[in-house]
Order: sequence, then structure tokens, then C-alpha cells
Amino acid sequence: MGSYITFPELLIWLPLVAGLIAFFLKGQGSAKNLAILASLLILAVSVASLFYADDSKYATYNRVNYYWLKHIGNSFYVGLDGTGRLLSFLTALSFPIIFISTQKNNYKNPAAFYGLMLLTQAGLMGVFVAMDALLFYFFWELALIPVYFLCSKWGGEKRIQTTFKFFVYTFAGSLLMLIGIIYVYQHTPQRVFEDGSISQHSFALQSFLAASLNPEQQKWLFWLFFTAFAIKMPIFPFHTWQPDTYDQSPTSVTMVLSGLMVKMGLFAVIRWLIPVFPVAAQSFSGIVIILCIIGILYASFIAIKQDNIKKLIAYSSIAHIGLMCAALFALNELSVQGAMIQMFNHGINIIGMWIVVDMIERQTGAKNISQLGGVAHKAPALTIFLVIIALANIGLPLTNAFVGEFLMFSGLFQLNIWYAVAAGFGIILAAVYTLRMIQKVFYGNSNSLTEGITDISFAEKASLLVIVAFIFLFGIMPQPLIDFTKEAVSHLIAIKK
Amino acid sequence: MNAIIFSAIWGIVMMFSGVFTKSKTTPRYLAIAGISLLFILNALELYSGKALFAVDTMDMIRTNSLNLSFLAVAFGSTLLFFLLSGRDVEKVGEHVGEYFALLFFILCGVSLAATFNTLLLLFIGIEIISIPLYILTGSDKRNLKSNEASLKYFLMGSFSTGIMLMGIAFIYGGNPNASFYINNIELGVGKMPAMVAVGLTFLMISMSFKVSAAPFHFWTPDVYDGAPTVFTSFMSTIVKIASFFAFVRLFENAFGQIQDQWQTLIVVITIATLLIGNITAIFQQSVKRMLAYSSIAQAGFMMLSLFALNNWGREGLVLYSAAYSVATIGLFAILIRMKDYTIEGFNGLAKQEPVVALTATIFLFSLTGIPLTAGFQGKFFMLMAAVENGHNFWLVIVAVLFAAISAFYYFRIIQAMYFKKSEEQAIEAGEITTGFKVLLVIAAVIIIALGVYPEFLIGWLYH
Repeated sequence: MGSYITFPELLIWLPLVAGLIAFFLKGQGSAKNLAILASLLILAVSVASLFYADDSKYATYNRVNYYWLKHIGNSFYVGLDGTGRLLSFLTALSFPIIFISTQKNNYKNPAAFYGLMLLTQAGLMGVFVAMDALLFYFFWELALIPVYFLCSKWGGEKRIQTTFKFFVYTFAGSLLMLIGIIYVYQHTPQRVFEDGSISQHSFALQSFLAASLNPEQQKWLFWLFFTAFAIKMPIFPFHTWQPDTYDQSPTSVTMVLSGLMVKMGLFAVIRWLIPVFPVAAQSFSGIVIILCIIGILYASFIAIKQDNIKKLIAYSSIAHIGLMCAALFALNELSVQGAMIQMFNHGINIIGMWIVVDMIERQTGAKNISQLGGVAHKAPALTIFLVIIALANIGLPLTNAFVGEFLMFSGLFQLNIWYAVAAGFGIILAAVYTLRMIQKVFYGNSNSLTEGITDISFAEKASLLVIVAFIFLFGIMPQPLIDFTKEAVSHLIAIKK
Repeated sequence: MNAIIFSAIWGIVMMFSGVFTKSKTTPRYLAIAGISLLFILNALELYSGKALFAVDTMDMIRTNSLNLSFLAVAFGSTLLFFLLSGRDVEKVGEHVGEYFALLFFILCGVSLAATFNTLLLLFIGIEIISIPLYILTGSDKRNLKSNEASLKYFLMGSFSTGIMLMGIAFIYGGNPNASFYINNIELGVGKMPAMVAVGLTFLMISMSFKVSAAPFHFWTPDVYDGAPTVFTSFMSTIVKIASFFAFVRLFENAFGQIQDQWQTLIVVITIATLLIGNITAIFQQSVKRMLAYSSIAQAGFMMLSLFALNNWGREGLVLYSAAYSVATIGLFAILIRMKDYTIEGFNGLAKQEPVVALTATIFLFSLTGIPLTAGFQGKFFMLMAAVENGHNFWLVIVAVLFAAISAFYYFRIIQAMYFKKSEEQAIEAGEITTGFKVLLVIAAVIIIALGVYPEFLIGWLYH
């Protein structure tokens, strides 16, 4: 325990406190400004944490362990490791972009809206830094509650039923995980706290890794955990909540859902599922990869038929996440490395996509491809940004997603050539539906709806510029991302004996 | 010991309060003073381990930190109930003093049911709880529904009491030691004697009736619905948790060693209770009736402590009792003030009364089992207990799936309060006083405090 405050604590407490303050602010502007300021401050903290990544030198900045519920061997144990640091940085980076790019939207009851958004951020940060299984579960659930309110209050017409479906799905999944956590807990070795007190079992990550579970137990525990994570990601056949929820949520929340919350599932696979159940993870990797590939193809085919832009992006997201999950379970160096990089890049790209969609929807009120057309004439700058982001999203060389996808495919190829072929087919389909969307919405003749569109403002330009900068930066020079996750990758594949 | 004697004395004091004062509010203040004293006396006994009165009970009553902590939860909840809903007791009818007197007699029964060490005292405790309840259920004299509920409750209750008495007789008769002490029952080697088996089954049936576990729950919705809401609140919380505590205490101390012989029965009852409670609650339109079914569903979860019979289960039972009681009392206190008891009646409450809606949300979260609320910790401990027990692991999975289903009906109220609009006011202006809001906030804080740090309460079990 250090005498100063550590990075993970700051990353949790800052958004939490800012969120609670935001609830008490009055007026449209003040809560919004507070949210933007707070999120920039959090970004600064997160950037600073990137410079203290060396655990051998700066362990005291990165890890902290407070006693909490000692009686049952639980503690407030948070820390930053490679993957967690990267994803907390993604979270910290995304929120200011989301707030700034959507600042033209006026919400009813802004204090509650921005307060809940910041609470969501706190929950996400908590998931990415928790090193204790029970704490992880807490944050996993707590990230969901503000999102539930955000979607149900500020969403579209069918928001209440849609969001509730989303809630029940994830709630049921996490309860199954809770049982898994309890079962593993009861097989962990005893834990001696620094002050000498002893608890029979413990929820700490190290204890979970040391739990004595035979392959049989691992196998069914694996599915308890995997169900929770698969619902969150979502992996076929647990994906049915997702397109409707993305469609009905207010776009800024959709950005959080698709850019960040789905990463919770992938992240949980990296930190908890594969390391705690190595035997099961290997024996089921085939099944999981096949589920993922079915999901990729299925979602891509539906995306081609979609008229609703938001649903189209939702289905494309299912395909992308499926690929990342498959790559993680391929469990070789290339694929896991690719998945980790892609987790970051996909977050950036998809938020960019949503920003553009949000602008179009706000100005025209239309969500369907068939209603739109010729936006490029009216908003050339917007179109340029969109084309870059969309091309990045389908993984064109020199964009960030290319690096990740290339690595993932090489990894899958090493494992089984047919996996790579099938998943690669998904990428071709991605090009089909993305380019079709661009063509129909942005080119062609403009109509009465798109006549009135004005080009983007400075704030929007700035946030899209940041995204495009990241796209090219990590497309041309992916090495920093690789360096960052190298250690996590080698940890993960080390479980394979 | 303090609790048994003092609650009986104060019940008599309350009876006479009606004679000496014509004021309608005096009994309430007296009752609040009485329950505070009762809480303090019980806490003193818990803290020091010594009772004020040294009575030789011939070991018929045994107090330990577990049952004293449980009584602290029961009395604490009653205090909250009196503070939040005391005013509504006054509105039920003329005889305010008597209502409070009956409530105190019930508390005396609760104390007996929590500390008994012989079957006879168990029986007396359960009866002292039940008989005043029959009266309170029918206390809204001019309301036919209340009358019907009272009669139904009385008939069904007497029936179950008869079964219980018969069970006790069987166990006594089949016991070569000829004793009523629960730890002195001859259970046999290998298989229990037939007489004990019959007695055990009868006891299980009658106790299941008292805690409204399925398939012995049929009285619950009608009685809870027909009784004046304020007494439903008391009945579905303090009375229910006390019966549960007695149930667990009886089966743990009397039949704990042969648990493997009756555990399957408990599994069946648990699943039936979870199934019927949760599924039926989804279809209710009236919040009062929904809460009645939800109390059955929650009983299903509490049954897990009886299924497990280990330390986690004991801790979980106390924690669950506290979480469930505080949340339900809070919800009922809000419900009483609503104009319309249907779920639509809650539409737009968040706009009209943000504080009330927020606290109601916290109560509902707790009942659903969202982390950082007491309800989560209660469920968590129960699951820990059931997993540690090791048998019938699938039961745990069934239980959590039902916990997820419970979100369906609890969240309907949240949806109504926050996401739906209403032209009319959900609550008559002036019904909600600042004091009431403060109390609700205190209750919500208790829920969250127990959710963040349950060792406040658990610690006392090992004092």
C-alpha cells in the first residue's frame, strides 16, 4: 500500500465523483462542461499512466490493495497491467471524444444524462483495473446500471422493452458468472493478509490462478463464465439483444456500448477466462472459434440486407468482435497480439462511425439508408472523414485495423486454414456492406431530407480529426501498441503447455 | 431473555394506553419508545452476554449471539416500520393502542421463536405470532376483503397449527427419551425411526406454511392483499423472517445430523417456491399483490440457507432478513401513500417526487440483488452457502436464473417511475413530509451500507 494515490484509483474515483457532482448541476451547459472537463482530466491521468508502465520500477503507482470484507478474503485490489492499461486508455480517450462530438445534442435533464455517463465510465474503468474477482463482478454489474437508465430514458420509441431485454440478458449472464466465481473461490488456497489475518479462501486474481480445479470442473465452469462474457461481446447465439439496443439507444450511449462495453467481454476473456481455466480454454477453443465464425458470417449477411444504418453498424460490430474473440481463442502469439491491438483500434473506429451517423441523424432525422442520398454534396468534409473511417473499419492497409486483422488472420491461418478462409470471407462481406452504405448515403442525388444538411462544425471536426489521426498513426506505426501488449500476450499464451 | 419479557410487558402497557389517553397519536409515540427500548435491551444482552432478568428457563430457551443478532435485525426493522408507517396504523381504525399492543405481542412471539430450545416453546412462539395476526388481518372491519382474508388466514393457520402439533406429538411419542428438547431427539442410526420421519414431515409442512413456501403458499396472496397494507408490510417482513429463523433453527438443531435424509424435500420446496413466486409475480397488475408473490419468491431464496445449513447460510439468513425487511418496509411505506396501487399508478413518480423514486429504486435494486446493495450480499451469502454445501449444484443455477427473472417485475416499477409519463399526480400533494423522506433516505443508506460493508452485521454473529 502506497501513501499516495495510484493511477487505477484515480481512474475510478475521478469519473465517479464527477458523475455524482453532475447530478446536482442545473442548466443545459454546466453539466455538459463539467463532463467534458472531467473526461479531459481523466484522459490526462490515463496518458500519464502510460509513462509509468514499467511494473518493476513503478509498481507502487500501478497497484493498490485495501482491506475490504476481509472476513471472506476479498479486498479492494486494483491494478493496471498491459491490457487493462490499454483499454482504460481507450476508455479515457473515448469519453471526451463522445462528449465533444455530441455536444450539439440537447438532452432533457442534462444533469442526469451526463452524471450517468460519467458513472458508466467509472464502472468501465473498474472492470479494466479490478484484480479481485468479486470487485470485478461489482464493476461488471455497476457499469450496466447507468447504461440501463441512459438507454431507457433517452432512447428511441421502443427503448423500454429493448433496453430491458439487454438488461435481463446481461444480468442473467453475470449471475451465472457469479456462481462460477463462488465455486472457484471455494477451491482457492488460503490467503494471508499483510497484517497477519488469514482467510480460508480469497477472491484475488493470484488465488484464482492458483485454484485447484481438475479439468472436469474447469470445463463446466468455463461455460458459466463464457456465457456471461459471450452475452456482453456478443457472440452468436447470444447476440439478439444487440442490434435493437444499438438502434434504440441515444447515439452517444451506443458509442459507449459498441466501442467500450463490448471490450469488457473480450477483456474478461483475457484476464479471467483463459488464465483461470487454461485446460478448458484449450479444449473448447475449437467450439468457440466456430461459434465466432458462424457469428461473423451470419452478421455480415444480415448487414448486407440492412436498411437501418445503426443496425448495419451493430451487425458489423458483431462480426468484428467475433473475429477478435476467435483470434483470442486461437491462442497463438500472432492472433492474440492482433486481437489486443484490434480491441483498441476497433474502439476508435467504431466511435468515429457513430459520430458520423449521429450527425446525419441529428440533421435529417432519418436512420434508413433508403431515405438518404447525396450527403457528399452538402457536407464534403464529413464525407472525407467517413470514408477514411469506414475504410479503416474494413481493414484497408495503412489504417490501424489492417495491422490487427492481418495478425489475427495469420494466427488463425496457423491454427487451421479453413478458419482463416471463413473469417476472411467475412471481411469481404464487410467491404460489400460498408461501401454500399457509403455509396447510397453519401453519393447519388440528394433529396429533400439531405438538402438541408450543413457541414460539420469545428468541435466535430476536431474530434473526427483525433480519430483519423489515430487511424493513420497506428496504421503506419503499430509498434507502440505491440510493445504495450507484448507482455500480456506472452503471459496469455504461456498457459499453453 | 430481555426481549421476551420486555416485549410482553410493553404489549400490556400499550393495551392500557388506550384507556388512559384519548389522544390518537400518544400510542404511536409510546410504541416507538417501547421498540427503541426493546432494541436497546436486546443490544445490551448481545453486547454483554447477560440478561437483566436471571430466570431459570430449564434450558428451554437458549440465547446466543446468532439469535440475538437476528432479534436485533427484527427489532430494528420494526423500529423502522413504526417510524415510517406508524401514522398509517392510526388510520386503520379506532383502536390504535390495541393494534400496537398486538404488534408487541407478535414481537414476543418472534423472540420466543428465535430462542426456543424445545418443541413446546416453538409451538407457543409460533402461536403467539399467529393469533394477533389473525386479528390484525381483519382489523379493517368494514372491508369485506379484510374479513375474508382474516377468516381464510385463521382457518388455514389453525389447520397448519394442528399439523404442527401432531408432528410434535409424533416426535415426542417416537422418542425413547420422552423429551421435547430439540437437541435430544433420538434420530436413530442409518435411517430415522418411522415416527420421527412422520413428525419431521409434519413439522416441515407446517413451517413451510408459516413461511409461505410453495406448495403451502396459497393463503399468502389473498391474505397479504386483503389485510390493511400497513399490516401486510409487517406480516411480510418481520413475521416472515422470524418464522424462517425458527424454521432453520428447528431443522438445524433437531435434525441437522440427518440432513441428507430430508434435504431432497427442501430442494423440491425451494424450487417450487422460486418457480411459483417468480412466475406468478410477473403477471400481477397490483403492486401490493406483486409484493405478496415477490415475498414468496424471496422465501425461495431464503430456503437456500435451510438447504445448506452452514456458516454462510446462517450469516446469509441474518443478512438476507435485514436486506429484505428494510427494502420491503420501505416499499410498502411508499405504496400506502400512492393513490393507485397498480403499477401504472407509479407512472411519473420520479418527476413528482424524485427522492421517493430514488429510494424506491434502491429498495427494488436490493430486492433484485444488484451489487452494492444489501440484497446482493444476502443473495451472495446464500449462494456461497449453497455452493459450499456441495450437493445438488444445479439448484444454485436454477436459483440465480430465477433471480434474473425477478428483475422482470421489480423493474416494471422502476420503468413506470422513470420512463413513463402520467397526467395525474401519483401521490396526493402533502402526503410526503420531509421527515418521511429523511427516513426513506436513512433506510436506503442502511441498504447501501450493508451492501458495501456487510461485516457491520455479520461481525455481531461472532461477538
